[in-house]
Amino acid sequence: MLTITNLHASAGDKEILKGISLTINAGEVHAIMGPNGSGKSTLAQVIAGHPGYEVTAGTIEYLGQDLLELEAEERAQAGVFLAFQYPIEIPGVTNAYFLRAAYNEIRKAHGQPELDPIEFLDVMEEKLKVVEMDASMMQRSVNAGFSGGEKKRNEILQMAVLAPKLAVLDETDSGLDIDALRIVAEGVNKLKRPDNATIVVTHYQRLLNYIVPDHVHVLAGGRIIKSGGKELALELEAKGYDWLLEPVGA
Amino acid sequence: MSASIESLVNKEYAYGFVTDIESDTIPPGLSEATIRLISAKKEEPEWLLDWRLKAFRRWQTMTEPRWPNVTYDPIDYQAHTYYSAPKSVKPLQSLDEVDPELLKTYEKLGISLTEQKRLSGVAVDAIFDSVSVGTTMKSELAKAGVIFCSFGEAVREHPELVQKYLGSVVPYSDNFFAALNSAVFSDGSFVYVPKGVTCPLDLSTYFRINAANTGQFERTLIVADEGASVSYLEGCTAPKRDEHQLHAAVVEIVALDRATVKYSTVQNWYAGDSEGKGGIYNFVTKRGKALTGAKISWTQVETGSAITWKYPSVILQGDDSVGEFYSVAVVNGAQQADTGTKMIHIGRNTRSTIISKGISAGRGQNSYRGQVKVLPKAAGARNYTQCDSMLIGNRCGAHTFPYIEVANNSATLEHEASTSKIGEDQIFYCKARGLNAEHAISLIVAGFCKEVFKELPMEFALEAQQLLGISLEGSVG
Repeated sequence: MLTITNLHASAGDKEILKGISLTINAGEVHAIMGPNGSGKSTLAQVIAGHPGYEVTAGTIEYLGQDLLELEAEERAQAGVFLAFQYPIEIPGVTNAYFLRAAYNEIRKAHGQPELDPIEFLDVMEEKLKVVEMDASMMQRSVNAGFSGGEKKRNEILQMAVLAPKLAVLDETDSGLDIDALRIVAEGVNKLKRPDNATIVVTHYQRLLNYIVPDHVHVLAGGRIIKSGGKELALELEAKGYDWLLEPVGA
Repeated sequence: MSASIESLVNKEYAYGFVTDIESDTIPPGLSEATIRLISAKKEEPEWLLDWRLKAFRRWQTMTEPRWPNVTYDPIDYQAHTYYSAPKSVKPLQSLDEVDPELLKTYEKLGISLTEQKRLSGVAVDAIFDSVSVGTTMKSELAKAGVIFCSFGEAVREHPELVQKYLGSVVPYSDNFFAALNSAVFSDGSFVYVPKGVTCPLDLSTYFRINAANTGQFERTLIVADEGASVSYLEGCTAPKRDEHQLHAAVVEIVALDRATVKYSTVQNWYAGDSEGKGGIYNFVTKRGKALTGAKISWTQVETGSAITWKYPSVILQGDDSVGEFYSVAVVNGAQQADTGTKMIHIGRNTRSTIISKGISAGRGQNSYRGQVKVLPKAAGARNYTQCDSMLIGNRCGAHTFPYIEVANNSATLEHEASTSKIGEDQIFYCKARGLNAEHAISLIVAGFCKEVFKELPMEFALEAQQLLGISLEGSVG
């Protein structure tokens, strides 16, 4: 589904990703772990098409397309979804309106008719259950005045509604208490299908107790320094990152 | 990003066409003789000519205000034409007599004066250059006792009402542009809603400048008698021309005891090109006087004009009267706006609300200027002011000039202000959900303006939102 080859990316003059290669197949969950400043979030943002990063070398192939050729909105329409580490507030625009606008853009891109607010209500109702959110949240402005946990749940709600093929969760567990963590993780698990894939970017192993990855990659200094199965996450939890970093830093 | 944000704006002004119609236009220039000529053409009574002449003499002693935060080349008042009327316009027996070329103009503007669209629940007075070309739904309104006609007709048919209220809220001596308007105003709309009557239709005036080098100086007078209520809508467009054109209007509202008047404007005069060539100079005085328990509400969406100078205000004269001002002002390209309101609290327990949303894009400069004045007798007066500015790109400006004067210590005033910038992060968030940049901007801006849009009548709210989308198109990309 996604093949990243020798990806280099910079923010301004600073090179952050220094040659990432990664292959993700449909049906898989990949965890990207690593210390702060290792480039995890940058990788997530580059996949989603953030204009603040420049790809200086390498390729990303997504479902046979050159992902880097597409605008951010075209990537979203093609089924790429980024759950933001810090979801953005849009005052005055209701969650319901925003989500329907997004949903309809994706439908339009696939030649499907747009849904009116009434029709969309049915879609919403079902998806709200996935993240145990109250319907009243839909009438509030997008993320404005939401608690940290509500913002993250809202991201997963959007993911549930937009039904992406490739979901990238950027530090979705940060700032969540244990109940919110469970709800968010269960939401992600319920949305898992054989034809979609998920990348979970996280600093801590905690989330991986709930979302069990097929593959774990450790990112440090802009490179993947180790890959393994789910047991790698547990090893990292026990030993920290230092034992991996030493040989690289030398 | 700003360069990309700014490249989104420049959609063609859709109303920039010129109607080819034979006009009766007087030569440029302004003197007592001009005023006598206008008055004679309109076959006005002596008292009105006298009033005009007093205004003109006063105007000659006044100087153009320099305090607004706008810059423009000096206006040569002698170079403008002060009266232009389509030749075919005579006192009409019915709208069927309106020149088809004019009807077509209004159709193109989306305003139907013909029979088939009479069901839309809005009565329209159409002002073309200096004169009213027709008022719809008159008989329906007459049944309720509501008078809605051109100003000229009101002078002929209801002189006692006009004489009683003309200048009672905005005296001819009020300011430079009000004095000019009082001297040369050519037409406008007149509304009278009798005691206890709720006007059965929304009333609407549609202003259109067509002739070149011609100023438009209309005057609107709305009187809501005791316990009456009316909602009034105003729309404006003008052709694209390379020269600046002058628009100096006056709107006076009188809300007698317990009356309610809601006045909504969508102003879309031609704004000039992105370099500041052409466009309307919009110098407008709008003010209402609210007596005991009366309420006056101004809602405006200002997207057009090269320069906007406009402060719809309320004199809260009676006890328990209410004044409201809801405003969205957009500047793009080289547009400049200095707009806001004045709330003058005179009566006890008077309340006012000001919600102002300024949006600046391109090289536009947007200033909010507002005054809240509480006089010594206004015990228990309350004001809430919220003043928000949004910047799109980094070559535009937003400025706020609030003036607060309180002479009664039982008054409660709140003032909130914010400035935000449409950020790359907001746009990226929308894009990551499948929305393109234009869609993202219009969504973010609509959210920003929501508190004002919800005050607009339904059909206007939609139009305003679309208009906003168009005037900001090209500001991002």
